[in-house]
Amino acid sequence: MSAFLRVERLAKTYQPHKPVFQDVSFAIQRGEFVCIIGHSGCGKTTVLNILAGLDVATEGYVFMENREVAGPSLDRGVVFQGHALMPWFTVGQNIAFAVRSRWPDWDRARVHAQVEHFVALVGLGAAIDRKPSELSGGMKQRVGIARAFAIQPRLLLLDEPFGALDALTRGTIQDELMGIVRETTQTVFMITHDVDEAILLADRILLMSNGNETRAGYRPGRIAEVVDNPLPRERTRATLHHLEAYYPFRNQIVDFLVSRAKAV
Amino acid sequence: MGLMRGLALRAAVLSVLLFAVFVGAWQVATAPVAGVASGPGLSPEQIEYARMMGKDPGAQKSGGFPTPGQVAATIVGHLSDPFYDKGPNDKGIGIQLGHSLGRVALGFSLACLVAIPLGFLIGMSPLMRRSLDPFIQVLKPISPLAWMPLALYTIKDSSASGIFVIFICSVWPMLVNTAFGVASVKREWLNVALTLEVSSMRKAFLVILPAAAPTILTGMRISMGIAWLVIVAAEMLVGGTGIGYFVWNEWNNLSLTNVIFAVLVIGVVGMLLDLAFGWLQRAVTYVD
Ligand SMILES: Nc1ncnc2c1ncn2[C@@H]1O[C@H](COP(=O)(O)OP(=O)(O)OP(=O)(O)O)[C@@H](O)[C@H]1O
Ligand SMILES: [Mg+2]
Repeated sequence: MSAFLRVERLAKTYQPHKPVFQDVSFAIQRGEFVCIIGHSGCGKTTVLNILAGLDVATEGYVFMENREVAGPSLDRGVVFQGHALMPWFTVGQNIAFAVRSRWPDWDRARVHAQVEHFVALVGLGAAIDRKPSELSGGMKQRVGIARAFAIQPRLLLLDEPFGALDALTRGTIQDELMGIVRETTQTVFMITHDVDEAILLADRILLMSNGNETRAGYRPGRIAEVVDNPLPRERTRATLHHLEAYYPFRNQIVDFLVSRAKAV
Repeated sequence: MGLMRGLALRAAVLSVLLFAVFVGAWQVATAPVAGVASGPGLSPEQIEYARMMGKDPGAQKSGGFPTPGQVAATIVGHLSDPFYDKGPNDKGIGIQLGHSLGRVALGFSLACLVAIPLGFLIGMSPLMRRSLDPFIQVLKPISPLAWMPLALYTIKDSSASGIFVIFICSVWPMLVNTAFGVASVKREWLNVALTLEVSSMRKAFLVILPAAAPTILTGMRISMGIAWLVIVAAEMLVGGTGIGYFVWNEWNNLSLTNVIFAVLVIGVVGMLLDLAFGWLQRAVTYVD
């Protein structure tokens, strides 16, 4: 009962009698990195938005530190599926906007120091005065991550943060993210489509199935399986595929996605 | 780049050429034709008859459409002393323009003060949008001049009535554009503001206003264009001062050169106003 985040029997229904998902329950411990994998449309973003307090569940509850989540909060930072930067602000201003919202009584110097620290953390020190339109997709995504980290939320929610990136950039930013998370012992809930990304980053992976029609009638989406990552926590992207447990673990997840996630 | 420069140059040359052709044609069309003025084949009795009927064959040429030279002389004359004031019916063009611009500025500013906050409200609240929509739909298509009698009756002051007419015609494009701009602010930016627990004031000024600014400025630019169209008509109606009254007055004086001059001034000032708003619009536009 003392889990950091508890999700209990969530359901979301748009069409009557056909909930997108139902009975979604899981818990996240403090400092844990949890990934959720599932096919497009199964309801991952919806779950994340409910955790963020941006969307309301049709049924069920979310508790963070034993208090019910009833709306957005600075305690839960979100990196959105699109980067969601404000194009009229520079990189620095985007992050400063978040920092000032978190600590309204900070003076300029303190805000500036915090902004600089987190911009440097994602390696964008040189781009601090540029507008988002002058950045590449990967750089924008990094600003989004810096913005979420800069307010030091208790829970970080990431919605496919690397979805729009090429493989090379993706690898670099995954490494950065892993470094920051390990350093700050941040609790993270992340959506991804990429099996290797989940294996690299997550301590635990939730496998979500799509809602589908079966001969016995409609079956809503749900968390079909929860798998613990058997690989040592010190893993890196470069050494991942040399680890013995890597392939069986990877196959388990891919098998799920290929055969059971949409099983009739 | 070189290609663009070449294009700009060619366009400029063509513009000058077109202007020269236009002025040339004008000159030819208005040049006094020798022999016609004296009325060949007209006996003194016939001339007398024509005079009695109000058609003076001799005066027709001198009182006819002015030549480019006459208009140019008038322009130079007016521009060399734009601010003289010799009583109610004889003021410099600068003073008349000043009155018109002042009225437009006042009416337009009042419209901003009303339309932008109200547009915010309508854009943010579907309830307000739906409840105010019928009023806006009915009020919007009314010609601003149709309000003039009501304005004159209730306000009783002709200058204030002019300002009111400018206000009423500027309000709608700004209101509709502000509401649209505010309502179509991207969900994701609002979600960012929500997760950061931003206060409603900071959200309004730092998120919604910059996000909707390009649309709002489009509305303001349209409004300014309409206001400049309407002020001329309004001043013709209420009289007293202003560039519209100047046109009307010179028409009554049968001074077509002055009317042409005023028409040109109205066009140039309208263009400058539009350029200014176009510049503002570019200043708030962001690349997403
Ligand atoms: N406003 C809505 N009205 C009706 N159905 C909706 C609405 N929003 C989402 N859905 C449905 O809910 C389901 C889950 O959507 P969601 O965005 O959570 O999917 P997702 O798992 O994040 O997909 P992706 O991986 O493509 O981002 C989808 O099938 C979608 O059709
Ligand atoms: Mg999604």
